[in-house]
Amino acid sequence: MSTHTVPRQFPFEPGFPAGEGATLGGLSMGQPDRARSLQGPKVGLSQICLSYRTQSSERLLALDHINLQVRAGEFVCIVGPSGCGKSTLLHLIAGLHEPTSGQIFVDGKPIHGPGTDRILIFQEHGLFPWLTVAENVEFGMKMKGIAKAERRERTSHYLRLVHLGKFEKSYIHQLSGGMRQRVAIARALASEPDVLLMDEPFASLDAQTRDLLHDELERIWSETGRTIIFVTHNVREAVRLGDRVVLLTFRPGRVKTEFPVQLPRPRSLEDPTVALAARAVLDELRDEITRSLDAEYADGVKPRIAPGVSA
Amino acid sequence: MKRAARYIIFYAGLLGVWTLLAELKIWPPYLFPTPWGVAQSLYAGFSDQTYWIAIRVSMQRVLIGYGISVALGMILGLGVASNKFLEETMGGLLVSLQSLPSICWWPLALLWFGLNQNAIIFVVIMGSLLSVTLAMEDGRKQMPKIFGQAGRNLGAKGFKLFWYVLLPASLPFIISGLKQGWAFAWRSLITAEMLYLSLGLGQVLMVGRDLNDMSAVIAVMFLIVALGYLVDGVVFKSMERHLQNKWGLASTM
Repeated sequence: MSTHTVPRQFPFEPGFPAGEGATLGGLSMGQPDRARSLQGPKVGLSQICLSYRTQSSERLLALDHINLQVRAGEFVCIVGPSGCGKSTLLHLIAGLHEPTSGQIFVDGKPIHGPGTDRILIFQEHGLFPWLTVAENVEFGMKMKGIAKAERRERTSHYLRLVHLGKFEKSYIHQLSGGMRQRVAIARALASEPDVLLMDEPFASLDAQTRDLLHDELERIWSETGRTIIFVTHNVREAVRLGDRVVLLTFRPGRVKTEFPVQLPRPRSLEDPTVALAARAVLDELRDEITRSLDAEYADGVKPRIAPGVSA
Repeated sequence: MKRAARYIIFYAGLLGVWTLLAELKIWPPYLFPTPWGVAQSLYAGFSDQTYWIAIRVSMQRVLIGYGISVALGMILGLGVASNKFLEETMGGLLVSLQSLPSICWWPLALLWFGLNQNAIIFVVIMGSLLSVTLAMEDGRKQMPKIFGQAGRNLGAKGFKLFWYVLLPASLPFIISGLKQGWAFAWRSLITAEMLYLSLGLGQVLMVGRDLNDMSAVIAVMFLIVALGYLVDGVVFKSMERHLQNKWGLASTM
């Protein structure tokens, strides 16, 4: 764990002892024991900085000395106000961009460019419309040069896993938003990456579909034991899914607080314990949202945000 | 059905006006032939094989020239689109070169390749290369960035990234450019063929002129239009339909 962050425990209430014993961790389900083994982190971010030149050619610091360690099999959620660079951070881990300084390690080895050990699932799914569902799922394996028979087999396995076995021959535009995101998950899993990077994957879905996909993602995660780094602006979603919630500050993005979540699984978005835990994260996040609004409404017409907004 | 009726009325009317003008004999028949005369020329041309040979020769040339154009144009266009230096320098040059009628390359082509088929093919390439290149450049820029990122993310790089991701991803954006390239290729071919004894449709047209046989000239003009339309209506239409089925109606076609 990085040095300048403050780990906290849930449930987190005034007057409630926030120690290890106070959590519901003993009931935790779906979390494989190997995740708590003593080996080094699966993904390590060390002093990641990213700055870029804006159009008025001043340098803008987007990410400021980010340190983060993710254990194998862990489900980490990164939250922060929009513009804090959380998506960018995910792109850096995927190797699609280079950090200005600092290094990213997977299994202790520094990464160079994209690698199929880390697959990114985009907010707008990024599926290929010229390929069928099955061809999309096969794509990564085809690039790896895996034989056709095995590709077929794995494709139908992963499509069944996301309950889309009957849609192999459909084209992407024929699917609903939730189905597309499930294809994207199947496509990512089919490359058998160790790490799944998810960039607000459910942000554009309706609430029912999102609930359903939360359940499915939790199930798939516990069945496959992948490490997942999940970016979202929705605190409740983060607490619903994550073993740990990492809160980033607004511009420049720094790790502000890390919240371990030891609520029992499977969880539900409506669960009062989830809501309560989200409340604690949101209280800290609200300062950052205010700061981001201050920056956006620099001319002084800042709207006040009501408590509970964006939870 | 209604549409078919409209077509029939329009073309029957056109034929009627044409026949009327010809029958009024304002101009002598060798200058202004009747539709019937043109039909007879068509029949004669096909029955003595002249038109069949001309069509085969012309199609072969245009396919070779256009094929080379498409292959070269895609590589060039992609290069220009993905390299800032090339975009700033060559991009402008390409646009300005497009104002040059392709037949202006004919004298150079003659010197470089001699009086033969290769000179014609060269003119065809120069006629269509630019529109394919510009279309590819534009398509590459319009194509959503996410496809390239997703492709790289899934392990595609270099040629595989181009072939399996960038090319299919940009197809809906370049198909109109490919069509335009085809039209330019076809026009350049006929122009070049008219300038030299070449066996193609362009030459057959010029033979009609030499013999003062305007019904033959118009018959060949019909053929040129019909073939150009056939490729557009059959090849490109089915390509567009194919893309539409895959991408859905929401795509930008």
